[in-house]
Amino acid sequence: MKGPDVETNMQLRRNQQRRYRGRFALLCRPLLLFMLWLGGAVAWAQAPAGNEFDTAVASLPTASYMDKEALAGQIARSGHPQAQALLQGWLDGKLYADASGHIWLEGEGGYVDPASGSAGKVEADDLEKIGTNNRLRKGLKGMLAQFALASPTASARIRAVREMRRELDESAVAALQARLQQETDAAVTNEIELALALAELQAGEPSQRLAAIASLDGDRSAEVYNSLSQMASGDEADADAQVRAAALAAVRSIESWRSFYQGVETLLFGLSLGSVLVLAAIGLAITFGVMGVINMAHGELIMLGAYTAYVMQLLLPNHIGLALLLSIPVAFIVSGLAGVAIERGIVRHLYGRPLETLLATFGLSLVLQQLVRSVFSPLNRSVQTPGFLSGSLQFNDLLSVTWIRLYIVLFMLIVFAALWLTLNKTSLGLKVRAVSQNRRMATAMGIATSRVDAMTFGLGSGIAGIAGVALSQLTNVGPNLGQAYIIDSFMVVVFGGVGNLWGTLIGGMALGVTNKLLEPWVGAVMAKILVLVFIILFIQRRKQGLFPQKGRAAEGH
Amino acid sequence: MTFMERLLAWRNERGAFGFYAVLLATAVLVPLLNLAVPEGSPLHMSTYTVTLVGKYMSYAILAVAVDLIWGYCGILSLGHSAFFALGGYAMGMYLMRQIGTRGVYGNAELPDFMVFLNWSELPWYWQGFDMFWFAAIMVLLAPGLLAYVFGWLAFRSRVTGVYLSIITQALTYALLLAFFRNEMGFGGNNGLTDFKEILGFDLKAPGTRMALFLATALALGVAFAAGRMITGSRLGRVVQAVRDAESRTRFIGYRVESYKLWLFVFSAMLAGVAGALYVPQVGIINPGEFSPINSIEVVIWVAVGGRGTLYGAVLGAVVVNYAKTWFTTVLPDIWLYALGTLFVVVTLFLPQGLVGLISKLKLRRGAA
Amino acid sequence: MNVPHAFSRLIPARLRPSPRSGDVFERHNPPGLDLSHNTVLYLEDITVSFDGFRALNKLTLYVEAGELRCIIGPNGAGKTTMMDVITGKTRPDSGTAWFGQTIDLLGMSEPQIAQAGIGRKFQKPTVFEQHTVFQNLELAMAGDKSVWKMLFAKLSPAQLLRIDEVLETIGLKEHRGALAGVLSHGQKQWLEIGMLLMQEPQLLLVDEPVAGMTPQETERTAELLLSLAGKHSVVVVEHDMDFVRSIARQVTVLHEGSVLAEGSIDEVQNDPRVVEVYLGEPRC
Ligand SMILES: Nc1ncnc2c1ncn2[C@@H]1O[C@H](COP(=O)(O)OP(=O)(O)OP(=O)(O)O)[C@@H](O)[C@H]1O
Ligand SMILES: [Mg+2]
Repeated sequence: MKGPDVETNMQLRRNQQRRYRGRFALLCRPLLLFMLWLGGAVAWAQAPAGNEFDTAVASLPTASYMDKEALAGQIARSGHPQAQALLQGWLDGKLYADASGHIWLEGEGGYVDPASGSAGKVEADDLEKIGTNNRLRKGLKGMLAQFALASPTASARIRAVREMRRELDESAVAALQARLQQETDAAVTNEIELALALAELQAGEPSQRLAAIASLDGDRSAEVYNSLSQMASGDEADADAQVRAAALAAVRSIESWRSFYQGVETLLFGLSLGSVLVLAAIGLAITFGVMGVINMAHGELIMLGAYTAYVMQLLLPNHIGLALLLSIPVAFIVSGLAGVAIERGIVRHLYGRPLETLLATFGLSLVLQQLVRSVFSPLNRSVQTPGFLSGSLQFNDLLSVTWIRLYIVLFMLIVFAALWLTLNKTSLGLKVRAVSQNRRMATAMGIATSRVDAMTFGLGSGIAGIAGVALSQLTNVGPNLGQAYIIDSFMVVVFGGVGNLWGTLIGGMALGVTNKLLEPWVGAVMAKILVLVFIILFIQRRKQGLFPQKGRAAEGH
Repeated sequence: MTFMERLLAWRNERGAFGFYAVLLATAVLVPLLNLAVPEGSPLHMSTYTVTLVGKYMSYAILAVAVDLIWGYCGILSLGHSAFFALGGYAMGMYLMRQIGTRGVYGNAELPDFMVFLNWSELPWYWQGFDMFWFAAIMVLLAPGLLAYVFGWLAFRSRVTGVYLSIITQALTYALLLAFFRNEMGFGGNNGLTDFKEILGFDLKAPGTRMALFLATALALGVAFAAGRMITGSRLGRVVQAVRDAESRTRFIGYRVESYKLWLFVFSAMLAGVAGALYVPQVGIINPGEFSPINSIEVVIWVAVGGRGTLYGAVLGAVVVNYAKTWFTTVLPDIWLYALGTLFVVVTLFLPQGLVGLISKLKLRRGAA
Repeated sequence: MNVPHAFSRLIPARLRPSPRSGDVFERHNPPGLDLSHNTVLYLEDITVSFDGFRALNKLTLYVEAGELRCIIGPNGAGKTTMMDVITGKTRPDSGTAWFGQTIDLLGMSEPQIAQAGIGRKFQKPTVFEQHTVFQNLELAMAGDKSVWKMLFAKLSPAQLLRIDEVLETIGLKEHRGALAGVLSHGQKQWLEIGMLLMQEPQLLLVDEPVAGMTPQETERTAELLLSLAGKHSVVVVEHDMDFVRSIARQVTVLHEGSVLAEGSIDEVQNDPRVVEVYLGEPRC
């Protein structure tokens, strides 16, 4: 089940954090030693330049991680034309040493000598990767950013400045100042000035620091916030009272913006969770809402959709994006056909006996789960995310949202619109509504009700399959995927009002947002519990949900 | 009396008689085979088997509880595992307190998991559970109270049919999530376990096991008799009238809500008792017992046996669980297929369950 | 009635002088029926609407104690809805409904209304199909219907006698042990009437009692209802005009949710408005 997993995960993470905090103290001491040593290394590096690049490269295979950073700096400053390529390759994990200690860079066509760029004949088996660790990667990025500062495109330069301001050491400041002289692009100039102001915060004169604080007004990045809050209070607070006050005011302002954007972020998270709920529930809104059929195997139809996405990726391993797009119609067909089979085989015999339908379809859900376990595996499968769905949209320093969250909202809206149009603008929709309102009358008017039933059930099930494709991008695909969503889906439909698509939309969104709004206060699991309890109580007050269905039939007499 | 009616009456009487006979035979034979027959003998029954049968019987009590509310009153509760688990937790809390200083941390006051969580004192809701009588009351009270509050709200606002099923399922799901939380103080994920003794008797001793077995048999007998008393009374006929035509029952002057409510509460308490007897025998209670699937499984026991007859419910509980034990040891991968198919087959082809099948076969043979 | 008909409409029922008007507030525990003004049912200005559609439109209707009243009206006139209001199934948007002088029906639940003495036979016969005929009657029997009482309830000889009597009346004596579900439609109708009798109500609301009955059975039903009138008050809704003619003294015509005409069957049948909406089609 999903919830408990989440909690145990959180617990694990908490424990880990506790452990790390302990380790941190231990780490500090060597770090200090390292700093001292670094000073020495820099002095050594300033010795006759000559073959700085080559000596540094040659010492790479045997260097410790601590040495490596100094060596990287040496390479960066060497001015060697291949320096950037080498550092980039190192960062990307494409730098190797062979048994003799020679360094090779993995390129498009094979391994090349980093200094000359000439290809060499080496066996991949003999190579050992020149490793990196987090700290080193950070350093490498900073150095590469300095190279990128000279890049011809403005946006790349801005990215470089942003990268550099994470670690504003002297060389970075010098590089930035040099660039500022030649920079023509206003945006880049602005960015550099901000970065320099950030460095200026450490300046000697209080007036300089005050000016820096003033010029940083409006910059709400983490670096600015950290520096300012350090200045405002605590052990390393600024000596000057005026500066402290200014820093404090700036920190306050950033904090209020932070909480604002956190609110926006929570809302966005809520909307995307809500979209997931709506997607999962909307097929149910048709089978349960329009037809009055309780399909406990609905979750497994979602699961089938998710496995369809998985299989499509297996079939088209080199076209992940295409596979995903194709899985949408395929999953619709797979789950839809499964739905038609369920309707013809089981549900049809149980119309008017909702509790029996519930039990039979539940049995079916067990069979489907086990089937998936037998065919695939009891373990979770992960479906890859194509490039156009990964990454995140950076609104500003304080707000970034992963694309997938935005896409899921969009996707839900498209599915919803398509479904709404199908039900309201097509002849199938008309028949579906006719049958749901008055079965006998519809029969009398020559509608083949049993065919309409099968089609409706297939439609609802097909939508479940589509929801499964969407879910495959958000969670792992496994035999229990359906179970995790079935109760939520029913809650959404019942809460929104049975037989009302808009109710499902609004109900799902409302529950998603409420859940996410509660989470910061009470934690994820408790939020879920509270939402469930809320729905239970809500149903007592308004049996028919948010948007009740009208008419005599709705009362069930 | 018509033929049909005589058949019904006969079926009920014969069924009940059969139930009592089998129960009595089990209660006599099992101790004999376990304690009196020497261990090497092929007739010897291991303590493991005794516990297994005891477990089946506590499931049978649960099935009777579900049958009362579903088979007789038409309320498909998918939340009975919650009542079962609550009864189990109440008993588990007592057993936990009995561990005393024998826990890993040797804390006389606090159960191990609380020491582990750095709790300094027993939460208020754990107070009193060191006394058996208190725990025994809570076994009835905790599920009963939950059922009362929930039922009062739901029945008063006339939530019926699948809606009720779905919200009972939501209820047990919410409890499942809640009991997984360590902060709740019920041992979180691991639940309550490592019990040592009950009422001063070592839980591992064969004698104690046998006593628990007999207590379960007795409880099953009493539950069955109480169920029969209710269903055989005019109260039972009202309840069945509610099942068949709820609003009609209202219009002849019955306060349907109170009938449902009291039956629901009684049924929940029975489920609690079943849980309380289950826990010392299997030696553990964890949040998994709250899972909605468990509730639905109970419903299928009742459906397989034959709902609307108490002995049918007992029969179903024993048959399905025996099958489960068999499958999960011999063909574990097939079990869910079998169970799932059982759901479908029973609802489609055997609406009256095994009991209905048997009497139908008899009827046919009688006619031939 | 002491108050002239036209006048009585102007004064809401509960404001009219009554010796026990102080009891008005005891809604949930209805005292015995007070028939001191000889009127058993007051419906005044009852309006019921479903999504804007008015099923009842300011319906005002009085039923005298011991009266047998027939209510007719085209399909959808609101007859069943009126019974729903009286028995507590539907809450009106506005208006008042009083049972005798002291019992406000609008504040009561269905079982309370039933216990207060209003019995109802539904348009679609609903009996307890899984119970025997005998058990159906037993369930309907008047008396304390609380949960605890039912657990230990035993039939007294007098009650047994009463059930036998009713079985005789409804002609289902041979079927006393049969499941109600296997009865024919007409027999179910009779059983429902029997259940109504077992309740010993002061006011009987009978919705289309003879639908599905043979002419002989219809005649028997007419006799039965006539014999009940006097001791009880009876309101019958029926489309079968011959049947209405055979029992009715006072007929009320409902149309579009309000009373169109009231009077003897002949008066009503000759009312041009009634002829227009209801009897205008050729009589059969
Ligand atoms: N619950 C409801 N929801 C919507 N409309 C309703 C409801 N109940 C009744 N109506 C409408 O109110 C009107 C009156 O219905 P009612 O059943 O009272 O008619 P009736 O006079 O009993 O008709 P009949 O002679 O066919 O039994 C009808 O148009 C019906 O469709
Ligand atoms: Mg009608």
